[in-house]
Amino acid sequence: MSAPASPPPGVLEDRRLIALVAGRRRWDIVFAVAGALLVAASLAVLGVLLATLVRDGAARLAPDSIGGFVSNFPSRFPARAGIRSALAGTALVMFVTMITAIPLGVMAGIYLEEYARKNWVTTVIEINIANLAGVPSIIWGLMALGLFVYTFGLGRSILTAGLTLGLLVLPIVIVATREAIRAIPQGIREASFACGATKLQTVRHHILPYSMPGILTGSIIALSRAIGETAPLITIGALTYIAFLPPAPFTAESKPIPADGESVSAVYSVFHQATAWLQSEFTVLPIQMFNWVSKPNPEFHVNAAATGLILLAVTLVMNTVAITLRYRLRRRIQW
Amino acid sequence: MQDRRNAPSGSESPGAPLRGISTRRRVAEWFGESALFLAAASSILITLGIVGVLAYESSTFFRHVSLRAFFTDKEWTPLFDPPHYGIWPLLSGTLTTTLVGLSISITVGTIVAVWMSEYAPHRLREVVKPVLELLSAVPTVVFGYFALLVVTPFLQRFIPGLPGFNMLSAGIVIGIMTIPYVASLSEDAMRAVPNNLREGAYAMGATRFNTAWRVVVPAGFSGITSAYILAISRALGETMIVAVAAGTQPNLTFDPREPGATITAFIVSVSLGDLPHGSIGYQSIFAAGVTLFILTLGFNIAGHWLRRRFREAY
Repeated sequence: MSAPASPPPGVLEDRRLIALVAGRRRWDIVFAVAGALLVAASLAVLGVLLATLVRDGAARLAPDSIGGFVSNFPSRFPARAGIRSALAGTALVMFVTMITAIPLGVMAGIYLEEYARKNWVTTVIEINIANLAGVPSIIWGLMALGLFVYTFGLGRSILTAGLTLGLLVLPIVIVATREAIRAIPQGIREASFACGATKLQTVRHHILPYSMPGILTGSIIALSRAIGETAPLITIGALTYIAFLPPAPFTAESKPIPADGESVSAVYSVFHQATAWLQSEFTVLPIQMFNWVSKPNPEFHVNAAATGLILLAVTLVMNTVAITLRYRLRRRIQW
Repeated sequence: MQDRRNAPSGSESPGAPLRGISTRRRVAEWFGESALFLAAASSILITLGIVGVLAYESSTFFRHVSLRAFFTDKEWTPLFDPPHYGIWPLLSGTLTTTLVGLSISITVGTIVAVWMSEYAPHRLREVVKPVLELLSAVPTVVFGYFALLVVTPFLQRFIPGLPGFNMLSAGIVIGIMTIPYVASLSEDAMRAVPNNLREGAYAMGATRFNTAWRVVVPAGFSGITSAYILAISRALGETMIVAVAAGTQPNLTFDPREPGATITAFIVSVSLGDLPHGSIGYQSIFAAGVTLFILTLGFNIAGHWLRRRFREAY
């Protein structure tokens, strides 16, 4: 037989296959590396963000200047400006947000998991909650402006701000509550019913305590979202320059409620003073930061960076606590 | 889920006679359930509140401004004299920043999701995912600072003549902000794809790369769509990043290198001033808000439809 001019067809096929497989393998490796790099880059952004804020804001957060920065009111002079009113505002608004969102969200979650029958009302509520979670935050601000500020006459107050943010994060609390309740095995309920407990007793003594860790995690996440929200509060007309603190709920000279109940007006005045802060105008940390970052004078950017660092630290700590909590509790509870 | 609600607890379900239970307890049960129901139903009141306020305030706006002018006028200057009420300059700003952002977050987010779901070792994923999610917890005003004072100066080195306020840097940072939404939710969807599909692909000689893109991604497409829709909603409604870094001057252009105002940035800039309640300027922020609301709602409905269309049941 004469020497073959070309290799037999089978060998050629093999070579092609080998090349094909090698090519695909190469793609596989290229993608593995590219993916890892992209993940690393995304994570690096968080690091760059922190590093930038530390670099830019360090001047205000150094040990000798942080005291003034935290205890001063805003000022025309960057070096003398501080976040005292913003800190107080954030704390008070978060308090109102908390007592709005958590009870309402937990109750709604319990109803939807434990009580709701499968009918159109439930379906409407469920779809509605899912859609509320997707409403842009600035729309919540418009709602609050039209409804709370002008229709209900609550003004541009801490109460309005807290209610707005509370409703904004309500879906987060509801979803977290439902997930926590869903993880409780059915046997727990049956055991409780078997002992003669009513539905409400089962909820109070079993469902609620056992879902508490999940509810707590969700609530922390919800509050960490609310603490950084800026747009809805600007929309309701939160001021950027506040050089006073909201009135304290009680003062050293305020009289205690008269024991004999002789004077209704005295009771009223105590109550009035205790709730006056709710009607107060306010500013919060993100608005203060926005105000400073919008100023052309770069000296104010130092203040903005320092405020941003505090804000970022608080949010990251809250989220880390929530994640750790979830992780540890998931490991401990074995149904 | 449904069967457990109904099956074993029939005797306790409201309406059924609670035999041998005191009246006091029965009243407590009734009040308890009513309170819980009201809490759940309050979400409907909230929606009605949002829709009602937007509809009412913008209807007074549209009594002054015709829909025709709203959609054909090329200028948006409701606070100047003479006022113009064309929504396009705000829409172009919103769409430009959103598109820049999505081109980053959808590409990077999807690749990261595939990598986390198909390539990363289990322990690494358990660390990477929560840390990545932290990125979405960063307050947006901090991202705005980052866009204005870090990203813009960086871009100016490569793009000469890039103004201090520009939609490019705002869009890029919106993209960074929305990466975790895309990555995390898409990864959930991919991990929910049953393993025997992967094993089938591997048995046919497919590489991880082929399996991921030809089998896992199509199978999880319905969930991945939800992730994209969430990212779109977030990008459309993002406010502080654009208000800080893109400027507040309405500008009818789709060139991301230019400054421009989004719908949200306009609402913020008006709110910072002191507009009298009931004035046309006050109503114009609600008209802008309605546009944003309808835009977001439209994408969500489209997403819902896509999700149903591509749902795969195993």
